[in-house]
Parts: sequence; C-alpha cells; structure tokens
Amino acid sequence: MGAAQQTGDSAGVLRSNEVGPDEALQLLDEDGAIHQDSTFSPYIQELSQETLRGFYADMALVRRFDTEATALQRQGELALWVPMVGQEAAQIGSGRAMNKADYAFPTYREHGVALTRGLDLADLLKLFRGISNGGWDPRETNFHLYTLVLAAQTLHAVGYAMGIQRDRAADPSTEAAAVVAYFGDGASSEGDVHESMVFAASYNAPVVFFCQNNNWAISVPFEVQSKIPLVNRAGGYGIPGIRVDGNDVLAVYAATQWALDHARNGHGPVLIEASTYRVGAHTTADDPTKYRLLAEEELWKTKDPLARLEAYLRAEGLADDEFFEGLKNDGDELAAHVRKATLALGGADIRQKFATVYAQAHPLVAEELAWFENYEASFSDAETQISGTQGGAA
Amino acid sequence: MSTMTIAKAINEGLRATLAKDPKSFLMGEDIGSLGGVYRVTEGLKKEFGGHRVMDTPLAESGIVGTAIGMALRGHRPICEIQFDGFVFPAFNQITTQLAKIHTRSDGQLSAPVVIRIPYGGGIGSIEHHSESPEALFAHTPGLRIITPSNANDAYWMIQQAVECKDPVIVFEPKRRYWLKGEVDTENSPGDPFKAHVLREGTDATLVVYGPLVPVALAAASAAAEDGHSVEVIDLRSISPIDFDTVEASVNKTGRLVVAHEAPTFGGIGGEISSRISERCFYSMESPAIRVGGFHMPYPVARVEEHYLPDIDRMLEALDRAFAY
Repeated sequence: MGAAQQTGDSAGVLRSNEVGPDEALQLLDEDGAIHQDSTFSPYIQELSQETLRGFYADMALVRRFDTEATALQRQGELALWVPMVGQEAAQIGSGRAMNKADYAFPTYREHGVALTRGLDLADLLKLFRGISNGGWDPRETNFHLYTLVLAAQTLHAVGYAMGIQRDRAADPSTEAAAVVAYFGDGASSEGDVHESMVFAASYNAPVVFFCQNNNWAISVPFEVQSKIPLVNRAGGYGIPGIRVDGNDVLAVYAATQWALDHARNGHGPVLIEASTYRVGAHTTADDPTKYRLLAEEELWKTKDPLARLEAYLRAEGLADDEFFEGLKNDGDELAAHVRKATLALGGADIRQKFATVYAQAHPLVAEELAWFENYEASFSDAETQISGTQGGAA
Repeated sequence: MSTMTIAKAINEGLRATLAKDPKSFLMGEDIGSLGGVYRVTEGLKKEFGGHRVMDTPLAESGIVGTAIGMALRGHRPICEIQFDGFVFPAFNQITTQLAKIHTRSDGQLSAPVVIRIPYGGGIGSIEHHSESPEALFAHTPGLRIITPSNANDAYWMIQQAVECKDPVIVFEPKRRYWLKGEVDTENSPGDPFKAHVLREGTDATLVVYGPLVPVALAAASAAAEDGHSVEVIDLRSISPIDFDTVEASVNKTGRLVVAHEAPTFGGIGGEISSRISERCFYSMESPAIRVGGFHMPYPVARVEEHYLPDIDRMLEALDRAFAY
C-alpha cells in the first residue's frame, strides 16, 4: 500500500485512495512464477498449452513486426512509426480476451491488438506511408480505425456500446458483446475520457476502458498527468477499477476477461489501468534520451513481458527450443510479408479522396473535381487551354 | 395543410421521423420531460419513451462523441445542442471526427449524425445565447449545414437531414421559433440543399437564410415602394451552397447583396460574393455587397439592435448597389 492520505474522521471527507502506486494484479511475476488470486486465477487455470503458446507467439510476432516497421521508417518507406515495444502483454492479453462480436477502439499504438483481431498488419502501415487515413474495413475485424486525436475514440467506444445495448433491447437474440476503449496515460487528462466515463456510467454501457499507462506522454512523465494511480478515478464514476501489471499477459488477459464478462452481462463499464512501459520512443521522430534516464529503461527491461512467459513455458515444459526457434522464422516471414506488401502499395489517388468526402453527391466537390480533371488534362494535350471560369472552381 | 410555428413544425418532423425510423432517436440536454429549453421536443418523450428521447449528461463533446459511436453501430442519433454558443465543447468531435470518418475509412464507414442547434440573436438574451457560428462549420469539408426559415421547411428539412447519409447540422433560427406558417405534410418541398427564390425581382438579388429571411422580404417590399424590384433568395443550405440558383438570379438582376447575422469577415457572405463575382462578372452592375454582424463578439442585448442586420441595413446596402 502506498502513502494513502489520511484526513481524519469528518463526515464526507475522502479518506484515502483505494489502490496504492505500487499495487497491481500480478499472476505471472518477472521470474516466470505463478501467483494466485481468488478472483482472477480461475480465468487462466484452464488455458490450454496451445493458448499459452499463442500468447507468447503473438507477443513475439508483434515485436518482430514493430522492429520491421521501425526499419521501414528509417529506410524512408514510412513517414513515421509509432513503436509499441514493451507493451506486448497489455495489448495481446487484452486483445485475446475479446470475443469476435466485441469491438475495439484503438488509439494509434495498438498494433498488438490489431494482430489479435486478425488484421493483416501490413494494413496498419498505409496510414504511416501516406496512402490512407484508415487502411482497413473495421467491420471485418471489429477493430476500429486508429484515432490520432487523443481520447476522441473513447466517446465513440461508449456510443458503440450504447448501440449494442439498443440492438439487444430491440432484438434479445443479438449476441451479447462489449467494447474496449483503448487510451493512454497522457490521454487520460483529456476531457473526452471524463465525459466517456460519465456517459458509460450513466447508461451502464458495456464498455471496458483499457488504459495502457506506459509512464510517458511523449516527454511528460505520468506524475504530471495524475497524482494517484488512474484506476482510483474509477471510484469517482462509480464503476469498478482494476490495476494490473501490464507486462503480465496472464493478469491482463484475466482482468480483461473479468471486465468484459462484467460488461456483457449488463453490469456496466470497468476501468483497467495496465501498468507498463514504452521501451522505445514515442515515435520515430522522438528522442527519449532528452527526457528520461537510462537507468529507468534498464529497470523496465527486467520486467519484459516476453521473457517472463518464456521462463514459465520452459519451466512447465510447455515449450522448448524448437518452438522458440520456429517463432523466429514465423516472425521473419511476417516481416517479409509486411515489407513486401508495403513496398507494393503504390500511390494514392486524389480522385478517391474527392469521392469519399461525402457519402451523397455534393455539387461543390463535383465542381472542383471537374476543374481538377480539366486542369490535369491540360498537361497531356498542349492544345487544351484552361478556361478562366473553370479556374474559379478551385 | 395546417398552420403551425417553426418550433411545432420541427417537433412534428421529429415525431414523423421517430415513428417511421426505429433506429432514430433524440439525445441532448433537457430534451425529455422538459421538452427542451425551447420546447421543440415537447411531448416526444411521453409518446416514444426515454429510450427514444434521451436526456444526456451535461457534456456537449460527450453528446456528439457518443452519437458518432452509435451511428457507427447503425443507429440514427439526432442531437440537440442547447444553444449556439455551447457547441464549442463539441467542436473537436464535429470537425476532427464526425466530418472525417467517411473519408478516413475510404468510404467504408458513415456516421450520419444530425445535430440541431438553435442559433442567432435578437432575443435579448445573455452572453453565448445569440451567436451564428455556421461559417466555422461550413469551412469543414464533410459536413452538411442547412437552416430552415419557415414552418414548412422546418417540418421537412429535419426529416431530410435524418435521411441523409452524411452528417448534417441543422441551424434553427431561434428568434423565429414562434413564426407561424402553413405546413404541407403530404408534399415535400424537395431537395433540402437547394435554394428557394421567395420573391422574384429584376434589379437586385438579396441572398439570406434562416432568421433574416423575413427581414429580407420586408426590405424587398420597402424597396419596391421606391421603385426597385428586389429578388429574395432563401439559401436554405449553407453547405453545400446552391450557387446555380444565385448565379441565375444575379445574371438576371446584375446586383448581389448577401446578408447574415454572423460577422461578415470570413463569413458565408464573402464566399457567395466571391464565387458569384467570378461566375457573373460580365453581368454585374455593382460589386457584391455584404451585410452582417460586425467584427466583434456578439454584443450585449442592449445594443444588439445595432449589430443585427435589419430592414434599413439591407436597404442601405441595396442603395449602395444601385448607386453604381
């Protein structure tokens, strides 16, 4: 328990914070040893060898993917990349807890969740290559487009969850489903996170707020965002909160399963704070050496999410060298696929952008497109002149 | 045909929408039991239930943001923002999210959210209750913006907004909520994004929308007494703007005056003046002239009569046009 503030016994005075800064649910520790918890252990006790190996495989694959994307950016093939190394357990654990009918609203760093939802990870790079501001059809995987305006998607997630409620009210045979709203410690300061929790609590929406607290909002440390663990804010909204070791894939999986069950069963929203660390830079344009200490990075490397699961799998005889060697090959194959698919993307067509501003025909867009076509055509035929009136359309 | 106020016509239009589209619902502050601060949604909660007419927490970004999520799930939210000056907490959700979701998804997703906003001044109200922020939204590609000026349009345009596949902001002229007019509930006035010529004329074209439409019609009558024939166009849609109708009129009259309550600088009037000047250059007898609010935050109620374009301000602008 951390230093909880004691303020005496006066009525109506908040006495202490529930969860201390060092407290978090942990089922698999840094050394690969299992810990028991009466509420959450049951969620992982029945997991098969295949599932446990799958957790590791997903974490290893997305890390390899992340390395490849960073390389593509360094080679000039992407304008920017947003690395997620260090957050594999938080993303794979929460992503794997979801059912097919559940829906995820990511920020822009949830490449691991994308993997669990069945996305072709190459599609994620269209945004960073300047091909599309989306890149995939969210309806195919229930993995929404990345949202770059911090926290905006938390409200969309709550609305989507309220939509599920409406669908189930209208047709009780609609499959029970919940929504996961991803955001970070930086975004937790945005007003939209507050409003989304107010709405979710008011309407008992089936939504799980999943905060990856990776300790850094670009260069600003967590202490600037909050004086207390974020999970304690849940109490202010009257919803349950769980603080979980975000580098423990088993604890993240169990906590998210619990929260999704809670939401799907009509008990309303849950806030999960996954304590993790952004091992790399905020983006490829960032330089963490300017604002944080190497010692801190080294400390977090001892909490690596992959190392501890590997230790556990080996100790329990659930995986051997052959498995881990095989994964390296799988990772290289994924990286090769992503590289090949990215380089084959070609350009973007501004005509497609004209075509998608509105869903219904729009005279101004049509007029400007016509002008543009005429302007373009003027370069292919020296005889064609641009008329003054057409010039006015742009 | 029946006679009703604009507020009642919107109420009837919402009632018709709720009855025919089970995915549609209203959400906003105080719209349920109270029926909205202007009573536009009066009786609808009683008739359709709190599930279809939903009082929300007091948070505009939350209203629009959750509406986007519900629209992505296939529902048809109709949001009420209580007053023009209170839309800004939702400005981020409207401009960076709602307006862009269709193009960001390469046309795969749509969020056909409708946002109703009572707007404009002339009601002697306090700060933030009299503004005309339509140009701020018109400048954002991806949004459609309409504003009815009479009961018949009000009845139909709110329903057409809900039927539109794009997000639509409906700016409701709050000082005209109690203006009565005939409503034909059988025959739609047609495309909500087309302008209507309300009064034909030959000497000048006066373009207005929303709350200034009755003012413009009165100004045209006054001008007629001085021997000037003024054509009055009710724009109805601010995005897109029906430039074709304005162009045809100005080619006929040779003069253009545009009036709105919003400040002229960077406003809708400037956009119309510029485009029509390009299209109608050889037909025009005078420069396009704008009439609008001054470049100041909406002033206190005791001086708003000097700020708002009235009949005399429009006549003065017409006189300037005729002087060329």
